[in-house]
Amino acid sequence: MISMNKLKRLLGFVWILLALACAYFGITDFGWPKVAHPKGNDDLVFGIIILFVLMPIIVGGLLKFGIYALQGLYDEE
Amino acid sequence: MANESKGLWKIIGASSLGTLIEWYDFYIFGSLATVISTKFFPSDNPTAAFLATLATFAAGFVVRPFGALFFGRLGDLIGRKYTFMVTLLLMGGATFLIGCVPSYESIGFLAPVLVLLLRLLQGLALGGEYGGAATYVAEHAPANRRGYWTSWIQTTATVGLFVSLLVIMLTRMALSKEDFNEWGWRVPFWVSIIMVAVSYFIRKKMGESPLFAKVKAEGNISKNPLKESFGNKANFKYVLLALFGATMGQGVVWYTGQFYAMSFIEKICMVDKMQSDVLIAIALLMGTPFFLVFGALSDKIGRKKIMLAGMLLAVFCYRPIYEKMYQTVSIKNKVEITSKQNTKLSFVTNPKTNLRDSVYTTNYFYRDGATKTEIKTIYLAYKGKDVSVSKEEIKSTIVVNNSDKWMLIWMVFIQVLFVTMVYGPIAAFLVELFPTNIRYTSMSLPYHIGNGVFGGLLPAVAVYLATKANDANTLAESVGQQLPYDKPYLEGLWYPIIVSGVCFIIGMVYINSKHKHIDD
Repeated sequence: MISMNKLKRLLGFVWILLALACAYFGITDFGWPKVAHPKGNDDLVFGIIILFVLMPIIVGGLLKFGIYALQGLYDEE
Repeated sequence: MANESKGLWKIIGASSLGTLIEWYDFYIFGSLATVISTKFFPSDNPTAAFLATLATFAAGFVVRPFGALFFGRLGDLIGRKYTFMVTLLLMGGATFLIGCVPSYESIGFLAPVLVLLLRLLQGLALGGEYGGAATYVAEHAPANRRGYWTSWIQTTATVGLFVSLLVIMLTRMALSKEDFNEWGWRVPFWVSIIMVAVSYFIRKKMGESPLFAKVKAEGNISKNPLKESFGNKANFKYVLLALFGATMGQGVVWYTGQFYAMSFIEKICMVDKMQSDVLIAIALLMGTPFFLVFGALSDKIGRKKIMLAGMLLAVFCYRPIYEKMYQTVSIKNKVEITSKQNTKLSFVTNPKTNLRDSVYTTNYFYRDGATKTEIKTIYLAYKGKDVSVSKEEIKSTIVVNNSDKWMLIWMVFIQVLFVTMVYGPIAAFLVELFPTNIRYTSMSLPYHIGNGVFGGLLPAVAVYLATKANDANTLAESVGQQLPYDKPYLEGLWYPIIVSGVCFIIGMVYINSKHKHIDD
């Protein structure tokens, strides 16, 4: 049976993949179309916030979280 | 024991009052947005309209985390008490000054710029306030009652919203419509300074947090709280865990229950504004005591179980709840009394064109007691010398019967209950995750990113998803294909469902309930 610490480390891969998927869809689907072809001010500001605020936090944070998990920083002693 | 309890009540009262006022200040801007936009951000000026959008988004999403960093650092360097007094004065001063800025008509472009700057100061202050109040209360509270005492702070966001609506309503009632629109809208902003002054003098009399005072006396104050919080792996891993395993899910559950529900009932279900305001207010009132219930329960069974249960319930219940709300109001499920239907025609002179637009008001009546009012406006415009129809606009509002109203109240109440489960224990959870010397900085940032960024973006992302689904259906319908989305009105819910789901898994696997970093 898989131990809790092993599960925490294995899931690290999932968070890294999730971060990459968020980066891809967040930029191509949400952020860039709104900045490139905005349908008004709200749309433009929304796109800028997605690209320059939400994406760095989700992608950078989740990537770092995944790496820490893989390194065993969340293991129970 | 009695003296200790009395002292704690003073601390709770002073801290909660200040935080409540800060939420009040933050919300009145949003509640008076329509009036403010006509005074400072005229829509026919694109730059001013752009500043209006910035004022709405930036203060809520971008500036709050910066406020958390700035004031968090200050709180860990000079103390909790002085820092959250500064945030209170900053918020109160900015709010009061918004009420004093001359309109766009009087001073031109300077007006929207000043309002935007003051709004940004509000966001900064809010970013610093919550962490200070939660830390201050938690550091006074006994370990076995920390969840209960800090949950009082958690009620302030909801109560602040109430007080803002109440003050605006009372001002409207006391003045004529013309006076309110002319100058009366400034009154709720001015009222803030009185409340802030009272709260300032109460807070001034309070002592410093005992845990911070102890750390200070021992000379263990952090020299660089930002570096120790976010540059040190051993602590930063908990900042990430707090964000992805707790506050991210809490933020979206909070915004779904308190704001998306309101917007869904008004804009998707088309329930009359007055009726929807009343039913939301009743549901919030019924739900608010549960912040304390779940805060206290978290002292008995642990914070993690309650917060994660709230997220899991949200994941599984949101779609059925919103489907039930939609079907409750939908006129497709009601039988019309066609004999009672009536239409009135009136004419309104359009100030821009000086032409008389036609307004058809049709009232529909249903057997269950519901009514629907449909207002169809036909706008006229000049095409050369001729006058022709430029566009047609149809707006519908529905007033549901009493039993349907209560069904909606219960549906919103259930969502508020989820909010209280995830939000009630979270202050105690965050406080316990970090050591005293960097607590203010470390807990403020994940809280404001979770709430301000993940939660604050919810309305925009949800509307985007629902609109995308609607557009896809319209396109498919126009080419005779099968509709890709069965229920496009529920598509917006995928954002809170996915975020809460991911947060639940991370919290479930990685949060260790035994990890408590508070010096008892």
